[in-house]
Amino acid sequence: MIINIGIELAKVLAVLIGVLNLAAILTWMERKQSAVMQDRIGANRATILGFRMFGLFQILADGLKMFVKEDFIPAEGNRFLHGLAPFVAAFFALVGFAAIPFGNTVNLFGHEIPLQIIDLNVGMLYIFAVMSLGIYGVVLAGWASNNNYAFLGGMRGSSQMFSYEVTIGATILGVLMIFESMSLQEIVRGQGALLWGVIPKWGFIVQPLGCILFLVAGIAETKRIPFDLPEGESEIIGFFVEYSSMKFGLFMLTDFVETVLIAALVTTLFFGGWQVPYLMADGFHFPGGGFWGVPQLVVALLQVLSYGIKVFFFCWFMLLVRWTLPRFRYDQLMRLGWQMIFPLSILNLLVTALVILMLN
Amino acid sequence: MNRSNLNFVERLYLLEVFKGLWLTSRHFFSNMNKHLARQLGFTRIAKGAVTFQYPEERRPFSPRYRSRHRLTTRDDGSPRCVACMMCETACPARCIYIVAGEHPDPNIEKYPTRFDIDLGVCVFCGFCVEACPEDAIRMDTGIVEIAAYSRKEMIYHIEDLLQ
Repeated sequence: MIINIGIELAKVLAVLIGVLNLAAILTWMERKQSAVMQDRIGANRATILGFRMFGLFQILADGLKMFVKEDFIPAEGNRFLHGLAPFVAAFFALVGFAAIPFGNTVNLFGHEIPLQIIDLNVGMLYIFAVMSLGIYGVVLAGWASNNNYAFLGGMRGSSQMFSYEVTIGATILGVLMIFESMSLQEIVRGQGALLWGVIPKWGFIVQPLGCILFLVAGIAETKRIPFDLPEGESEIIGFFVEYSSMKFGLFMLTDFVETVLIAALVTTLFFGGWQVPYLMADGFHFPGGGFWGVPQLVVALLQVLSYGIKVFFFCWFMLLVRWTLPRFRYDQLMRLGWQMIFPLSILNLLVTALVILMLN
Repeated sequence: MNRSNLNFVERLYLLEVFKGLWLTSRHFFSNMNKHLARQLGFTRIAKGAVTFQYPEERRPFSPRYRSRHRLTTRDDGSPRCVACMMCETACPARCIYIVAGEHPDPNIEKYPTRFDIDLGVCVFCGFCVEACPEDAIRMDTGIVEIAAYSRKEMIYHIEDLLQ
């Protein structure tokens, strides 16, 4: 009993610490990666005792700056909701990770440990619901500031997230129909199968269009460039104009946590989650009969590593997109969402259904 | 303004997005390789960035670059300036102020007892250098960080300019 609680707590802590650290590192990576892409050096001035560490201390310096700044609340604003909004945003971004598997079940000292905080049989619906609730953070922030610009930003944010969630839902349906499960762990296990005995049955091979659409809608969900209309800090200003100090920091962190969440979801649904190609529970089974045995713990380690590398790659890719594309205008955003991506996702759904019907 | 209409492929947007991503990721990887090679000590030449790390690295100036003024000296260390007021007359910003004194050497006639340049007013046009018949004032010090806490401190006197 105690051991089980301990195991659960350890898993929660591992995921929480992992995600928050990755989000913090992404703040540094965003600066460095954008610099390297634009032939610059990037933040490298923060030092501790003369050590620069490629500017990694910038994360600590940013955090310190956020904590010691004045926490300003507009006089006419709603104090309670103004304080609540960043926590709502961060909370719903973080709890989404509970249903995402980061490894297969491991047998450790006689305990069967599923490497996932909780294996919900409606995991997909849960994540979808939690992502939708993230809108509350945006709307509350805009409303509680009692600032017209902030309010309009919040409204833009909510309509954008609603629009793109429809597409996310429709693309997820295609994956659901193929792997016939709502549990994310089952979907990942389903992706371990091989097509024609050679190609791993990863989501992006059976759902290429769905993968691209999900990625686009996912980037729109993170509210970052090219879809950063809710914020638009340089000119149209958005829902967190009236925020300062760590409350603002929390919103920034939420953006990065959402980036990690979308990266984890893309990995889980379309890129095989923790699957390593041809790696089964007892070792590598290569097509054509080759076999290379690997101990069980190493298999688990390889799988967690593979999951981590894939998530990291998609974080990198989303930063690449963020520093490549300019922002959409609002009408372009809505046209892209409702007239292009949404019909395509419905088409994807119909074709998937048709193919499944014909194959059976 | 002439705007060319987008063709069909450009209107689809997706291909153009991938072309843009290809461009930026190409920059990313080529720069990243150079950074890694430098960090691991394989090469010292390829820089991976076009920027200068300012306080440590300085941008080389062209020889014609106009930086802070200096007054040139004779062999005995006295200023070459003969207080002819040509630079003061040529100055469009009127930032030069000269007071002439009689030089003990009868061949030289005059010398400046005061030679002030208000660098807060100077426009760095270089006309003073062009006007000088004695090659007594030059703008080749390479000093570009001219800053002070008050307007008064921005006025450089003859002893500052002779250094």
